[in-house]
Amino acid sequence: MGSTNSTLSKIPNVEELMQETGFTPAHIVRLYDRFEALDKEKTGHLRPQDFGAINRLAMNPIGDRIIGAFFSPGQETVDFHSFVRILAHFRPADKKHPKDPSMPEPVNSRTSKLKFAFQLYDQDKDGKISRAELLQVLRSMLEMQVTEEQLESIADRTIQEADLDKDDAISFEEFRKSLEKVNIDHKMSIRFLR
Amino acid sequence: KGHTQLRLSQMKLAVNFLTIGLVILSLPCGSYTEIPPKPPGSVTVLPPVKPAGGPQAFPDAENSNLPVFTMDYARIQVPFEVTLWVLLASFAKIGFHVYHKITFWVPESCLLISIGLIVGAIMHSVHEEPPAVLSYNVFFLFMLPPIVLESGYFMPTRPFFENVGTVLWFAVVGTLWNSIGIGMSLYAVCQIEAFEVQDINLQENMLFAAIISAVDPVAVLSVFEDVSVNEQLYIVVFGECLFNDAVTVVLYNMFIFVADMPVVEPVDVFLGVARFFVVGLGGMGFGVIFGFVASFTTRFTSNVREIEPLFIFMYSYLAYLVAELFSISSIMAIVTCALTMKYYVEENVSQRSCTTIRHVVKMLGTISETLIFFFLGVVTITTEHEWNWGYIMFTLLLALVWRGLGVLVLTQIINPFRTIPFNFKDQFILGYGGLRGAISFALVFTLPDSIGRKKLFLTTTICMIMFTVFIQGISIRPLIEFINVRRTNRNLETINVEIHSRLIEHTIAGVEDLCGQWSHYYWKDKFLKFNNRILRKILIRDNRAESSIVALYKKLELQNAMEILDTVSGDINAGSSIVSLQYVYPLSPSSSCSLSLSLYFALSLILLLSLSLACSPSLSLSLVLSLTLSCSLFCSLFCSLSLSLSLSLSVFVH
Repeated sequence: MGSTNSTLSKIPNVEELMQETGFTPAHIVRLYDRFEALDKEKTGHLRPQDFGAINRLAMNPIGDRIIGAFFSPGQETVDFHSFVRILAHFRPADKKHPKDPSMPEPVNSRTSKLKFAFQLYDQDKDGKISRAELLQVLRSMLEMQVTEEQLESIADRTIQEADLDKDDAISFEEFRKSLEKVNIDHKMSIRFLR
Repeated sequence: KGHTQLRLSQMKLAVNFLTIGLVILSLPCGSYTEIPPKPPGSVTVLPPVKPAGGPQAFPDAENSNLPVFTMDYARIQVPFEVTLWVLLASFAKIGFHVYHKITFWVPESCLLISIGLIVGAIMHSVHEEPPAVLSYNVFFLFMLPPIVLESGYFMPTRPFFENVGTVLWFAVVGTLWNSIGIGMSLYAVCQIEAFEVQDINLQENMLFAAIISAVDPVAVLSVFEDVSVNEQLYIVVFGECLFNDAVTVVLYNMFIFVADMPVVEPVDVFLGVARFFVVGLGGMGFGVIFGFVASFTTRFTSNVREIEPLFIFMYSYLAYLVAELFSISSIMAIVTCALTMKYYVEENVSQRSCTTIRHVVKMLGTISETLIFFFLGVVTITTEHEWNWGYIMFTLLLALVWRGLGVLVLTQIINPFRTIPFNFKDQFILGYGGLRGAISFALVFTLPDSIGRKKLFLTTTICMIMFTVFIQGISIRPLIEFINVRRTNRNLETINVEIHSRLIEHTIAGVEDLCGQWSHYYWKDKFLKFNNRILRKILIRDNRAESSIVALYKKLELQNAMEILDTVSGDINAGSSIVSLQYVYPLSPSSSCSLSLSLYFALSLILLLSLSLACSPSLSLSLVLSLTLSCSLFCSLFCSLSLSLSLSLSVFVH
């Protein structure tokens, strides 16, 4: 407990961070240790190269997109607060807190999780998943298993299924609707972050 | 529409001619009913006789002429009776579905047991012995494997592996908790003098508790299959009832062994634990080995496509039998064999073989399940019972209480380790859905006679089974609706869901690597890599790694093409033979169709009636069969008449 407190005191604005993300002190400490382990040059910020050093992440088909999600547009480094904020998306939802309409949407709600997933597709951030963006993701996930024509057919079918306003792109609402029967809280939660 | 009408009337005409022909043929057999009813099982040889005269014992070799028509019932007796019983049970099953609202509220297991009870009552009144279907060997070697194979083959693998920890926890620890708890409390109850059961000692109580604490796969599956609870709950109940076999086998053997011994030593307890590991892991190991061997075999079957399904059945049955040979858990062996085999085999065999395998597995499973419940009803009436209010009531109560407590305690311990914890509603259904069934009955039936109160145990087990299957089975559906358990929507197959789910999985795997902590995704990923690099190369013929996205896409495109075919040519029959089992084409509710359907039933029943009357030497059996057949005939006629009446009335109203 003593080491926890000392680590916590090193982090600025730690109370606010815990309030915003809902992490317990133990989790914050664990994440801080991890952050320091990744930050080999001890600058207090992470750069894309630091993420790339994680071997398994580099082999992940959408690894570069995940890394990109940590960096806000225009920024080249990630500090601890942003690191924790992004990871807070993956906390399992708290069922106990009643929904308070005056408070902002919690970071780990279903909508926030869906928004995160949507962002992974929508690299140019125009609010829609275009056919080209979908093709890119499919190509990286399916790698060498399919021909280009099959990829295009699959992408066509996907858009045809989800696209309700016929603009040949999937908006966030259409994305959400296509996943309405899926238990996103289960699929997009990491247990030990509870 | 006119086309189908014409075909139906042609069918009716053909069946008419067939029936008349067979009835005429069977008339001469009427003379043989002079033979007095023999006890079943004895072998008689009927000498060939001239049809005009009476039976002659020793025909003179030189004087007798060539017999034109002979009959030899004893030769075909066993297969004939087996076939008739199977047909009878299946007709009962058809009868239930004529009016589909019945099966919605009352699970089929209850209906089958009821029909079995009626048949048993008829058999008892004419002093006829039922066939020994629920005896140890017949039940465990022939009736149980198909059901377990079916449940293993159609088990959804992804949710299973995600929940394997919870499943094993409930199966092993839960069953242990239940048996020890029930055993101890029953022993305490036995000490009460008023119930007159003081002669049952601790070992016998524990043995009995071990038998009835195991949740039964047959009963649970038949009830849960129609009720769509959420996937997590389904897989835990499903998995638990299959995997508790290991514990039951060990406990049963241990207590039978111990019941003979005067003193229990601590060494025996330790040996029991060791035996549990041997039984459980051995069962799984055998299953995996046979699964791999089967997959490897199917790699080479491209030139013998017709017998491809055979390998599946033979290897899984072999796994079961070999496990039985070593007295390890055969249910676990066959389930793991089916799980391992399914993935690789379905890539190696042709599309037709794949459909055949699925269909035959389902058919065999359904037949076994039908027969088991049916005979459960029959045997209930025909065995000797010993009733004891106190013991039976307390057993029922204690079983419920201990199961409820067990579920509560175990869930509290395991919930922190689960991504989606079980809430109280889930826990209630988990506890309430612990039905007992035929496995307990078969185990009690074969208790050694050295156990004094065997009949009491039999009666208690039957009461337990009836209580759980009827009361819990019927009430579970309304309860689920009432307490609003999280339901599942099984039709999740869109390409969008598949692609986005895959993206999310990759994301989670990546974020976990980022956090430096691993969960089951890590093992899953590792296994998939091992699978792709080594296993698939060995076990699959054309190793083109196909992503599930592409597989789903192909399947959906095929479905669309089928639908287009259907609407253009208007021929439903062609579609239903090629498309897989997931399609259920509902029976067209036109009144004329149902009327002709019931007429068809009637004619086929008359056919069976004439056959059984003619050929069975024991009048009572044929009486039994004909009575039940006519009952189901009247039921189906009544239902279809009422259905057609209501339909025509609704037509008039509109």
